Amino acid sequence: MSIVPVPGPLARTSATVAGVAALALALAACGSKPGGGGGGSSSSSASSSSSSAAAGGATSSSSSAAAGGGFTACMVLDTGGIDDHSFNQTSWAGMTAARQQNPKISISYVPSQSANDYTPNLNAEVSKGCSTTVAVGGLMADAVKAVAKKNPSKHFAEVDAPSSGPNVYGMQFNTAQGAFLGGYLAAAYSKSGKVATWGGLAIPPVTIYMDGFWEGVQYYNKKNGKHVQVLGWNEKNQKGGSFSQSFTDKNKGKQISQTFVQQGADVLFPVAGGAGEGALSAAQAFGGKVVVMWVDTDGCVSEASYCKYILTSVTKNLSGAVQQYVTQAASGAFPTGNYLGTLANRGTGLASFHDFAGKVPQSLQSQLRQVGLGIATGKIKITSPNQPK
Amino acid sequence: MTVETAPASASPAPADQPPRRGLGRRLLDGYLYAGPVTLTVLAFVCGAVVGAVMMVVADPATRSALGYFLAAPGDTFSNGWHAISAGYSALFRGALFNTDSLYSNGGAPIFGPIANTLAYATPLILGGLAVGVAFRAGLFNIGVQGQLIMGAICAGLVGFDVDLPPVIHLVAALLAGIAGGAGWGGLTGWLKARTGAHEVITTIMLNYVALYFLNYLLNVSGFQKPKTNEAVSKPVSGDARLPHLFGANLPVHLDLLIALGAAAGVWWLLTRSTLGFSLRAIGANQNAARTAGMNVERGYLVVMLISGALAGLVGCSQALGARAGGFDNSVDANLGFDAITVALLGQASPWGTVLAGLFFGALNAGRVVMNASTSTPSDVVNVMEAVIVLFIAAPALVRSIFRLRQARGGSRVSALAKGWNG
Repeated sequence: MSIVPVPGPLARTSATVAGVAALALALAACGSKPGGGGGGSSSSSASSSSSSAAAGGATSSSSSAAAGGGFTACMVLDTGGIDDHSFNQTSWAGMTAARQQNPKISISYVPSQSANDYTPNLNAEVSKGCSTTVAVGGLMADAVKAVAKKNPSKHFAEVDAPSSGPNVYGMQFNTAQGAFLGGYLAAAYSKSGKVATWGGLAIPPVTIYMDGFWEGVQYYNKKNGKHVQVLGWNEKNQKGGSFSQSFTDKNKGKQISQTFVQQGADVLFPVAGGAGEGALSAAQAFGGKVVVMWVDTDGCVSEASYCKYILTSVTKNLSGAVQQYVTQAASGAFPTGNYLGTLANRGTGLASFHDFAGKVPQSLQSQLRQVGLGIATGKIKITSPNQPK
Repeated sequence: MTVETAPASASPAPADQPPRRGLGRRLLDGYLYAGPVTLTVLAFVCGAVVGAVMMVVADPATRSALGYFLAAPGDTFSNGWHAISAGYSALFRGALFNTDSLYSNGGAPIFGPIANTLAYATPLILGGLAVGVAFRAGLFNIGVQGQLIMGAICAGLVGFDVDLPPVIHLVAALLAGIAGGAGWGGLTGWLKARTGAHEVITTIMLNYVALYFLNYLLNVSGFQKPKTNEAVSKPVSGDARLPHLFGANLPVHLDLLIALGAAAGVWWLLTRSTLGFSLRAIGANQNAARTAGMNVERGYLVVMLISGALAGLVGCSQALGARAGGFDNSVDANLGFDAITVALLGQASPWGTVLAGLFFGALNAGRVVMNASTSTPSDVVNVMEAVIVLFIAAPALVRSIFRLRQARGGSRVSALAKGWNG
């Protein structure tokens, strides 16, 4: 707006400037109208009042939220963003599910452009007056710990990290259990005697799946005297393994998958978020001779067009855990300590077989139930070093 | 270019009559024959306007009001205005001063926003200096990312694997970081000097090498955080961390002073030293410099060593400051590329880079709060930064939008933007 005070001649010569100034004047003039006249539809006045509350500053907005008895749940996302087809997205889905269940909960999120944003984001959520702040991703653990320590009266929750203080609720998932079942199923389903898994990056949330898968195959071999091979990962060699080095590069994923198929694998287990789609398109290219086991979410829902190539999915119930936390916190009782998602509490497991329901024999399905029971009761020990402690 | 009759003056003479110019006329001339300052201000205005448009478009209330625009056009404008004012006031609160800090102390110290601004600005200033100094010698260093990664690796290694007494430890870690960055930058300079390999290509490729080298190290014991499988480095030991300047509650570290010192050093180098003179001569015209007896090849090597050393300090700022608790492969935080925009905005002058770094730091700190308290996506700020730099790099565009005349004397900015293809 520093344009306006410039003397006369300019205003005529520069149509653009005049246009901008006129627009600004028009905006300013109309800004006062709905408040004074009280006109307009109810929805618009409601929205304008809420945005003015946001403009007025955190004190006014937080006090109005407290007066209304509302519960504000805020989420700090990790890098990757809200639509990452992975943990950010599913964690946020838990927030929206909680709001659907209880409309008094208001929810919001902030993305992190890099790890340098973690602490400022958490601080911004605290001073905004959030009732609770949910941090997504184990990498944020240090930042959450420090901010929670400075604000002992505030409540925090963390996805994929253990509790780091009395006011921090930790949510972790032993997905090795679900992947163990997946490995058992893959070994039993494979006709070639070779199954393959590959990951996005060699980080624990990824390799824990690969460990579980590997162990499931070994367990199948031991129980049934078979020699099904796992390509791409060996739990005993944590530094090896096949990785796409990306959670988004579908072409890289397809390349790796094709290599494994050429080596004889007929069940693929990609643990690489969106890059895993490469395995699906490889399965499509091989005309369904190869099947894929999806990860994190039910692939027949998130990748519906590829459902006929998806044997089943190893799930991680992030959204359920977040929803449960937010709902419980909104009722006034903030959960403390740690949540550990297991087979027993459905924090992880196998999704429905969908198109493959007829191709997985009943005997195998009952074996899977037995194995699941064995894991849940502790009779079958999972040895993955990547399990949450 | 329409000729206007000057409204206040009595004489109806043509506008370019040299003597006796009134204050208004002089102000107008200062504006019309845009100097660098005017151009920068106008670029900011353009950025702010584009940002405002995006805030309006991103505002759900405005979009829904637009649906019944003809029935009640006032709603669209009022909601749009609210979106803009909420967005910019949140930016201000996040970057400079939050009025709430006066009333309550719910974790919001009065200097919190300023401290965040400074914390975001520090690595940007150092990175901007790294790009800028290479720039003045006619080299386009896109390799700040790789150089800062190598700096962070070296600083980190000394920080967590070497045992030294308190102050010496920090100094050693800083020197290691500088050496790491300078080595990586110097490699590019050496390749350019010896083989003529274009620095743009070598720096981009060396970025990949550094990044994958870090990926490898993050899985090697001795570098990786013990008792974990996370691809995260060990935490830097306490006495190798950059100390807080204003208490543990404000995230301002010693690297701010280092950055300001580096700016002063670069200023001295470029304007007061023989070396700086020859570097600038090489940047202006390498053939002329060679004819004048300057060693152009040595100049390339030296300037890339200096540029890399500054980039290495960015790595120190990250590894020993913001990420001292252990860094992963995102330790560069895109600073290597943001540094290019900072250098452009600062017109490759040291103090301009400091101001540009502070400005981008303020935008970053404000972005976080804007995001948390309004529905405005943080991408708005990224677009604003990009638009501002776009206009700075293309002064002719600003002139044509605002109908300005060609500046008297050359503009360094446009020369910079063109000089990069050599």
